[in-house]
Amino acid sequence: MHNEIHTAEHKPTSNFLSAVGAVVWKDLAAELRSRELLSAMLVFALLVILIFNFALELDPQTRRVATPGILWATFAFAGTLGLNRSMAVEKDRGCLDGLLLAPVDRSAIYFGKTISNLAFMLIVEVIVLPVYSVLYNTNLFNPGLIVVILLGSVGYVAVGTLLSSMAVQTRTRDVMLPILLFPVVIPILIAAVKASSGFLQGLALPEVMPYINLLIVYDVIFTAAAYMVFDYVVEE
Amino acid sequence: MIAVTKLVKRFGLKTVLRGLDFEVQEGEFVALLGPNGAGKTTFLRILASLSQPTLGEVRIAGYRLPSQASAVRHNLGVVSHLPLLYGDLTAEENLRFYGRLYGVQELSQRIDEVLELVGLSSRRRDLVRTFSRGMQQRLAIGRAILHDPNVLLFDEPHTGLDQDACDMLDRLLRKVAGQGRTVVMTSHDLARVEDLASRFDVLSRGVISASANRSKLGKSNLLDFYRQALAG
Amino acid sequence: MKPQPLALKALSVISVLLFLSALGMVFFYAPLEITMNYVQKIFYFHIANAWVGMLGFIAAAVAGVLYLVKHDQKWDIVGLAAVEISLVFFLIAIISGSIWARPTWGAYWTWEPRLTTAAILEMVYIAYLLLRQGIDDPDRRARFSAVYTLIGSISVPITFMSIRLFRTIHPVVIGTNSSASTGSFDMTSKMLVTMFFALFSFSVIFITLFWHRIRQGQLAQQVEQLKLEELQ
Repeated sequence: MHNEIHTAEHKPTSNFLSAVGAVVWKDLAAELRSRELLSAMLVFALLVILIFNFALELDPQTRRVATPGILWATFAFAGTLGLNRSMAVEKDRGCLDGLLLAPVDRSAIYFGKTISNLAFMLIVEVIVLPVYSVLYNTNLFNPGLIVVILLGSVGYVAVGTLLSSMAVQTRTRDVMLPILLFPVVIPILIAAVKASSGFLQGLALPEVMPYINLLIVYDVIFTAAAYMVFDYVVEE
Repeated sequence: MIAVTKLVKRFGLKTVLRGLDFEVQEGEFVALLGPNGAGKTTFLRILASLSQPTLGEVRIAGYRLPSQASAVRHNLGVVSHLPLLYGDLTAEENLRFYGRLYGVQELSQRIDEVLELVGLSSRRRDLVRTFSRGMQQRLAIGRAILHDPNVLLFDEPHTGLDQDACDMLDRLLRKVAGQGRTVVMTSHDLARVEDLASRFDVLSRGVISASANRSKLGKSNLLDFYRQALAG
Repeated sequence: MKPQPLALKALSVISVLLFLSALGMVFFYAPLEITMNYVQKIFYFHIANAWVGMLGFIAAAVAGVLYLVKHDQKWDIVGLAAVEISLVFFLIAIISGSIWARPTWGAYWTWEPRLTTAAILEMVYIAYLLLRQGIDDPDRRARFSAVYTLIGSISVPITFMSIRLFRTIHPVVIGTNSSASTGSFDMTSKMLVTMFFALFSFSVIFITLFWHRIRQGQLAQQVEQLKLEELQ
């Protein structure tokens, strides 16, 4: 039968990376054009910082202690906005079905979405950091802090992408994501805040390492777990 | 080309399909008729490998679902009442994206062909968001045939289209179906499918309750046939 | 409807008797602790409640894995039962802990690792229940619930570890007891016997409740089934 010859030409396993790449390219291309998601995340992030300013009366003394917490709370809040939007785009015009109809491994879809969500998150963080530095006259250009932000964002997005693909398939999809996500990313927030403040206060590396290790462990465990269960979230 | 035996689909405790048998030969155009809620969409989603059967066997192009889903997906093109397109990408970018997912060879050339076929060559660099419903649906058909599948599934493709757009869609459907492809299309609108399909099957109470070839059925008799099938 | 199994009836009676005996032992058998006096008595039931909460937490995780492997609605019912029981017992543990903490640590609430983890676990459970409420399709509800319990059961121990990186003031009852924790005490053998009896009693109570709740879930499913049959 000519069908079998037809399908033998491209085995689905061989185009795993190209499928991941296609999903990432699609998300970035669409976002570069509309900038809907990034601008929403950014404006929201700046508003959160503004609210913290008045809520905590950030004089130089408090600032030193509170900065890591404010940064991570801001990233976490802005992050849910981005994750929600990124998945809603797939759900709205039935595009998720379009992805599932394609002969690609479901985990390629998961990794593709995770990578583009991570890209959005990092772009927002890269813009928020200098703005925060200027507003509060605090030097945040610290290589250690960059590593912490990278590790923290990876774990946050790994779980967030999984849970947001669950959240968009519920009736209560607008409110579901933060409720599902925040209780399970607390280890990231704890470790990231602690490590960030360690680096910003110039602590010795051995004192910060336990938190860095915790972030790495979380990233590895949850990327693996999400990879294993993603099929159950999208397949009926 | 499509062989379904004793298909059962349950959602929790609710049984939607009850031991459905269904067979389609290569090149046939089957219209799947039935009232709303009869399970047409559920059935089509199972054929499309988007939903797993509770019991029973489904074979498409010689491959079994869900175990050989990936091979089946290479042979399937699906058009639903949702466009499955990204509004913030252009027509060309949408096709390029899906083409990469399917691993289509010589993609740029294929995209040109498909855009030509669906009559959107002049709008290729426009955002899909700016397209009318009819144009989106034409592009959706382009997306479905991009990887040259031999089986096409249409789920109520006329939903939300005006008369002109419907006529244009029909011409296009006939064109893509005529290239030796096997087609299953659901519809609740008899007048719409009357001239398109070569066979009419009625899905009611979870099984195919009646089936008739176009040649055996006078054109004016379709409504009678449909009513009888529903009455059981 | 199947009548209540004899074993379950017997277990219910035994549970009540065990509970009363444990209560009796706490007040009449276990000696009074020197520094904390009567307040310390709450500890026996506090720890037993936390123990049942743990059992429920583990049972929910196991049921989640089994559902994903077997796709049997039964494991969804078991998972929900485990979560509900764990939710209630951890809540009692948190409240009884607070009552104990007020005179001992001088505050109802401290951000102590076990206490905080228990509170976060309660949030996971509430999120789980809200998630279930937002999904109509029973299969999807069961799948998502199982996935979420799995994510929760991996995350909560890591949460505990990460909070533990801060210094703790919760007394470690069994094992190494650091002098840093306020409110720790040495247990006499009578206290130990009472504690283990309470743990045993509450384990039996857990099994009884778990069984009742699973049975209730199955009955609810039967009622749904009958309703559906009536409609058809």
